Amino acid sequence: MELGDHLFRREAGRMVAALTRVFGIHNLALAEDVVQDAFCRALEVWKFRGIPENPSAWLMATAKHRAIDVLRRERTARTFAPEVGRLLESEWTLVPAVEELFEPVAMKDDLLRMMFSCCNPRLAEQAQVALVLHILCGFGISEVAAAFLDSAAATQKRISRAKKALASSKRLFDLGDADFSRRLSAVHRALYLLFNEGYHGASSESAMQVDLCREALRLASLLLEHPNTATPASYALAALMSLHAARLPARLNAAGQLQTLFDQDRSQWDGKLIAEGQRLLELSATGPEVTEYHVEGAIAAAHARAARMETTNWAQIVALYDKLAAIRPSPIVALNRAIAVAQKEGPERGLEELAAIPSRDRLARYPFYFAALGELELGCGHYELARQHFSEALERARNAMEREFFARQLRSIP
Amino acid sequence: MNDYLFLYRGGQRPTGSPEQMQNSMQKWMAWMKELGDKGHIRDMGHPLEQSGKVVKAHKTVTDGPFAEAKDLIGGYTLVQAKDLAQAADLTAGCPIFDVGGFVEVRPIMKTGM
Repeated sequence: MELGDHLFRREAGRMVAALTRVFGIHNLALAEDVVQDAFCRALEVWKFRGIPENPSAWLMATAKHRAIDVLRRERTARTFAPEVGRLLESEWTLVPAVEELFEPVAMKDDLLRMMFSCCNPRLAEQAQVALVLHILCGFGISEVAAAFLDSAAATQKRISRAKKALASSKRLFDLGDADFSRRLSAVHRALYLLFNEGYHGASSESAMQVDLCREALRLASLLLEHPNTATPASYALAALMSLHAARLPARLNAAGQLQTLFDQDRSQWDGKLIAEGQRLLELSATGPEVTEYHVEGAIAAAHARAARMETTNWAQIVALYDKLAAIRPSPIVALNRAIAVAQKEGPERGLEELAAIPSRDRLARYPFYFAALGELELGCGHYELARQHFSEALERARNAMEREFFARQLRSIP
Repeated sequence: MNDYLFLYRGGQRPTGSPEQMQNSMQKWMAWMKELGDKGHIRDMGHPLEQSGKVVKAHKTVTDGPFAEAKDLIGGYTLVQAKDLAQAADLTAGCPIFDVGGFVEVRPIMKTGM
């Protein structure tokens, strides 16, 4: 019996979510202790007796028994979840109450409730994403820090502050709350940022990038399993993640070098994920609302449809970027739009569009902005300017992979 | 072949992230599997609870054991080896060393002479 990759990490999220429902969100730290305990026990027992038939069920049952111990020991000293507090007061009702809370039916929405609780608008978006990664995806502090290319100390501080805020909310978010649709938007945004951190982020390890994208996709798929959260925007978000994730296998060539969308070996794209993305995108096309996720999903689908770079429908892509810029204007959107315009109408037009980006200064640290400038100047035959821009990109490279990529572009100038 | 008892003693309780815990679990499994594949395992053994009772003469029962955490026995395995030297060599790579613990190797006394 082999353990699935990252089994503990995933089970950590499920267990914390179930335990906080029993203990109450204010006892988050206690729930985390019980989870740690379950892992320690698994480590002790499994190393001698082998991995059990169903490791997930074993861990959850261990957490449940430990929870019952804790409730017995501390029921006079602590208050637990208000909705089950009465039942936990008496020995007669304690065990059946906990058993019931750990039934699969009762646990089904725990992850969603926790996801919604983590995306509290009182927290900065970056803190929400860190919390999702830490609590729901089971990433340790140093792993979250590595994902965001941040120091462990800063991450520790951000997460413990966010946890304190989470623990001080009176109860877990309920999917029937009045605030539901606003909170769902925050959840979409956090999952989108998590995916982006993997896809475009600074982390130098490609394994880490794939990990983050997978986790975001997994959580987005959870939204599709509940009638309240399976909205058109949720489908669009899952679609856009699938379509982007389909390209991950081609992002590095055999030599481990970064490949742009233009020079990727498209036969490496994951056909199954593309089909899944297209299916989800179709399902998202209901209702009156067109979100940024719909538009980004449509852009990704347009790229996915082109078996070769030359057959890309750039006119459609530019039109979609126009729409995206209207819904959620940002310098990055404008940058990508300019690149599409250059493909459609030539590098001079692309350069004009780049020069017209209103808040260009916000791209001053983004290496791919300078790489785009270099690429377009190169297309115009302005070798000296191209060299200058690729050098600027190289100075801003965030990891070894990017450094190698920009250095390669620099060398490609005749 | 002779029988030896491995007593796993001490070692910090792991505090790492779930991923790190899973990794150390996999290290243990790999180490145990290698011992088994080479035909050295007679009995995988069991883990021991950290708490128990200590019983002395006159039925004096106290909560124990009293050993300091660094010496507590966390579990045991019964192994087979040519001699004590080989048995000791078999502990090489035991993941308990990563957490500051150690392995006590004790020959099972031969009886029936």
